[in-house]
Amino acid sequence: MRKNLNVIAAYSIMMVLILLVGIFQSWNIALSIFNLCLISAVMTMGANIQWGYAGLINFGIMGYTALGGLAAVIISVDPVQEAWRAGGFDILMCLWLIIVMVLVIRFILKNFEKSKLRTYSIAALIIAAIIIIRVTAEPGIEKIEAVNPATTGFLGGFGLPIIFSWIVGALFAGGLAFIVGKVALGLRADYLAIATLLISEIIIAIIKHEDWLTRGVKNVIGLKRPAPYEVNLQTTDWFINLVEKFKSSKLDLITDLSERQAALNQFVIEGSSIFVKLCYSGLFLVVVIILLILTQKALYSPWGRMMRAIRDNEEAANAMGKNVVKQHLLIFILGSAIVGIAGAMLVTQDGLFTPGSYRPMRYTFLIWVMVIVGGSGNNFGAILGGFVVWFLWIEAAPISMFLINFFTASIPETNAIKAHLIESVPYFRFLLMGLGLLFIMRYRPKGILPEKIEIK
Amino acid sequence: MDLINAIILLLNYIFIPGLTYGSQLALGAIFVTLIYGILRFANFATGDMMSFGTMMTILFTWYFQSLGISLGVLPTALIALPFGILFMILYMLTIDKFVFKYYRAQKSPPVQFAMVSIGVMFVTQAVVRIIIGPGDRRFFDGEKFIIKAREFKEMTGLNEGLALKSTQVLTIFVTIILVSLLFWFLNKTKTGKSMKAYSDNEDLALLSGIDPKKIVLVTWVIAGILATIGGALYGLDKSFKPFTYFNNMLPIFAAAIVGGIGNPFGAFLGGYVIAFSEILLTYAYKKFFIYILPESMEPEGLVQLLSTDYKFAVSFSILVIVLLYRPSGIFKGKVL
Repeated sequence: MRKNLNVIAAYSIMMVLILLVGIFQSWNIALSIFNLCLISAVMTMGANIQWGYAGLINFGIMGYTALGGLAAVIISVDPVQEAWRAGGFDILMCLWLIIVMVLVIRFILKNFEKSKLRTYSIAALIIAAIIIIRVTAEPGIEKIEAVNPATTGFLGGFGLPIIFSWIVGALFAGGLAFIVGKVALGLRADYLAIATLLISEIIIAIIKHEDWLTRGVKNVIGLKRPAPYEVNLQTTDWFINLVEKFKSSKLDLITDLSERQAALNQFVIEGSSIFVKLCYSGLFLVVVIILLILTQKALYSPWGRMMRAIRDNEEAANAMGKNVVKQHLLIFILGSAIVGIAGAMLVTQDGLFTPGSYRPMRYTFLIWVMVIVGGSGNNFGAILGGFVVWFLWIEAAPISMFLINFFTASIPETNAIKAHLIESVPYFRFLLMGLGLLFIMRYRPKGILPEKIEIK
Repeated sequence: MDLINAIILLLNYIFIPGLTYGSQLALGAIFVTLIYGILRFANFATGDMMSFGTMMTILFTWYFQSLGISLGVLPTALIALPFGILFMILYMLTIDKFVFKYYRAQKSPPVQFAMVSIGVMFVTQAVVRIIIGPGDRRFFDGEKFIIKAREFKEMTGLNEGLALKSTQVLTIFVTIILVSLLFWFLNKTKTGKSMKAYSDNEDLALLSGIDPKKIVLVTWVIAGILATIGGALYGLDKSFKPFTYFNNMLPIFAAAIVGGIGNPFGAFLGGYVIAFSEILLTYAYKKFFIYILPESMEPEGLVQLLSTDYKFAVSFSILVIVLLYRPSGIFKGKVL
């Protein structure tokens, strides 16, 4: 118990902060911060597995998040029958061609000696295949995108409950990580960082511009929800009764019957959105707890010990007969898959998929700040990092607004500098994040909750 | 005649824009490579440092404009540049003193430097956005075109016009001067040679009495000059927007690595490799083929290898391929 005092203290402070937001701003804001904190926590756990356990730099978090989001779309949206009839055949044909191409390349790689001729012929094969695929796909894609472009214009998905996408998102991200890991993991640390960053940009470019699959920048809106809709809740009897019970003390103060009804309605509307957010919180919390248990178990297992050995001294681990390449690939896939879950969760919560919103600042570098600030190698630290950094990211604007007003209280409102500062309040969050990261790296390089390994 | 038209077409839409964009990338790439070669880390704050330098230049441009100073046909930004460079260098040295110096003394691994540079990136981004805002800014003044497309058509009687923007000429011109000066400095002067030695083998350089503090100082000064001029030229040619500058970091990295990181000449060429491959692969060649092919063979589609949406993806793919097959870059890096 005493050993974990700092963990408990840190988490309690975090919870109190969120409760304070609930009391002083609104419970709605507090819950949306809490939900996004949970999602961020899942992302940081993924990044922490890669960086903290194995020392692999993955600056491609954005790409895996987006793939998770894509999974949510593909799983939950109903199939667009018309689009399938118009161009489905061409697309399936292309898919088949890609599989053939991969198989042929594998065949060549297996059966021929490494030589210049082999490299060039593979390159030629890939270029030829790309041209053939483009020619086959073009008419199909045009037809699909022409089907009712204002609302669909894409193939749609499978029409399954969106919850499944959390698993599929993990599979998608893991699959991509397998490919990326196969080609890029041999690179030195900083090259790996740049390569993963650029690969994630390529993924985003594809998701943004392949309208037949994702609707691109036209966005997919109105995804199915695992939680009830506010509008339905507001007309459900048990929910109204529940709100009445909760707010009875306030409602009893109002004597006038019609006024009381109006107040109740107001409470029901507020309550419904809080209730929906609570449903999401519950779901997310379950995911976070399951992942936390799994990652903790892994950390203390022989496998976790091996990973740390590889991280701390690759050559020694290699000499001891551990397959470093294979383990790196495995952990790269696992971490990315977790990030994929988070991506699917994020889209589930928002109910919409906006490829244009995936930017490296928000989805890669911010997550890294969370991992470093929280404490790499320590799962509790990583989760805490997700909470703290996301909380500050959201609350930075109000805090800096308050500070500006506090320090410039004597200056009149019309002062140009003051007006300019107030106008640029949203950008203080970058300053806060940057300074936070720099200070933590300088004075507490292991993060708020440092890695602590006990040998039992 | 058709052949000349086709050549003019390519000149107008591929060659001149490619050369301009390549020059802008090249300056940034040399900046990245210098930092990597001498201070030994991948600087993720590259794009934002360039935007800081450009911002200072813009602020001075506005100041001079308000005083009524101008260069006539040339943009006022040229007088503002030295001041922008000065502030950029001051900013870089401040950051180096308060942030990077500590890790250099600790002999931290490059990964930690990269993480720290992400912190610097956040801070710089905030500073730029707080001072000048996130919006799009144009600060070009003076004569916009050297040759206008219409004038060119009237002059030569060709179907295709050749437009030559003054910013394009300025960019190429300034880049050539700057890069030649830089290579002269690195190869001929004592300080430049000691920088090369330091990059090549730090311990040996220290043993032979090279002052590391001086090397670091000179590196940041050169970096500041390159970053500000590269950023300002990009801003003059297109426009200044902090987010674009952050994004430009990626092709700049690509150029530096493709050219062989740590090798300034490679970075210089890498800039053009990236720029031309981006433009060549995403240009629609329909009109070109209409000119050179007989009428019966005219192409139906746009004859475009990739849609322009994939412009960035092209350079990144090149980078990934180079990283996989020739991690030291096309021109062999890691020696300054």
